[in-house]
Amino acid sequence: MATGGEQRTNGVGKDLAIYVCILALAALQFAIAYQHIDATQMFVRMLIVALVEAGLALLFFMHLWTEKRALMWLTGVLTVFVLLAMQYGWTDSYRILNGVPWAK
Amino acid sequence: MSQADLTMEGHAHAPGITTGIPPFSIPAKKMAMWLFIIADTATFAACLVAYGFIRNATPAWPHPFHGITNVALMTFVLITSSLTMLQGVRAAAGGGKSAALRWTFATAALGSVFALLHVREWLGLISEGMTLFHNPWGTGLFGASFFSITGLHLTHVTAGVIALIVVGVRYNSGRYKADDLEILGLYWHFVDLVWMFVVPMVYLLNLSH
Repeated sequence: MATGGEQRTNGVGKDLAIYVCILALAALQFAIAYQHIDATQMFVRMLIVALVEAGLALLFFMHLWTEKRALMWLTGVLTVFVLLAMQYGWTDSYRILNGVPWAK
Repeated sequence: MSQADLTMEGHAHAPGITTGIPPFSIPAKKMAMWLFIIADTATFAACLVAYGFIRNATPAWPHPFHGITNVALMTFVLITSSLTMLQGVRAAAGGGKSAALRWTFATAALGSVFALLHVREWLGLISEGMTLFHNPWGTGLFGASFFSITGLHLTHVTAGVIALIVVGVRYNSGRYKADDLEILGLYWHFVDLVWMFVVPMVYLLNLSH
């Protein structure tokens, strides 16, 4: 059985591993910014990396992983619902830029 | 497992209002912080979605950032501050009061460095002629959206630094407990988490190649 001191050392080791992962992912975002790809592809790649970073921070830095599963579901479902509900306007932004294709 | 979880183990009833056991078996203050984080996520998401909408609907969007050194340094400092916060919370949970205080103040110091780097960047942009409603590179909406989003984040960081100092001092004097430090830690990690989305949206997609 691990002592309190060993548990703390293991915990610090895990913290450091997550920290290095998040730093590496942040560096990856910066590397993507210098790729010769179009803006949409760049945005999608950066967003995916940011979501992975945020997931790691939520689960391990904010300890959501060790909380009750119900709390994870509450935060997850509410947040995802709100984020999805905000996406209704994108077609309008394209319409402003490109006109209304279906009106032609 | 938090201290609140340990105190719940003896109860046979399911959590709920009538049993007196807090929902999700976490202290009310911690629950309040989680609800605040959910609400604040919506605030930042609304700002970033509005920013994306404006950027998408504007043909000649400015790309004023020439380098990534400052923003990379800011990112490194903020992510590192999350690690120091974690160590502070861990030390407090283990009863190491002086270590917890040291790590908490280290986090506040890193937060201050982040804020100073941010202000330096703002001053650089302002000296190039960028204001809330005007900039030399194109649509004036860029300044409005940039200062709004980064300003909102900087306000969070500044509030966090003040809270870290206040809670750290009161934890040291015995008025606050380790749980209070853990709850403040949630806020600080959230501020770090938001930055992970602000950087690509506001900075990296606006680099001038």
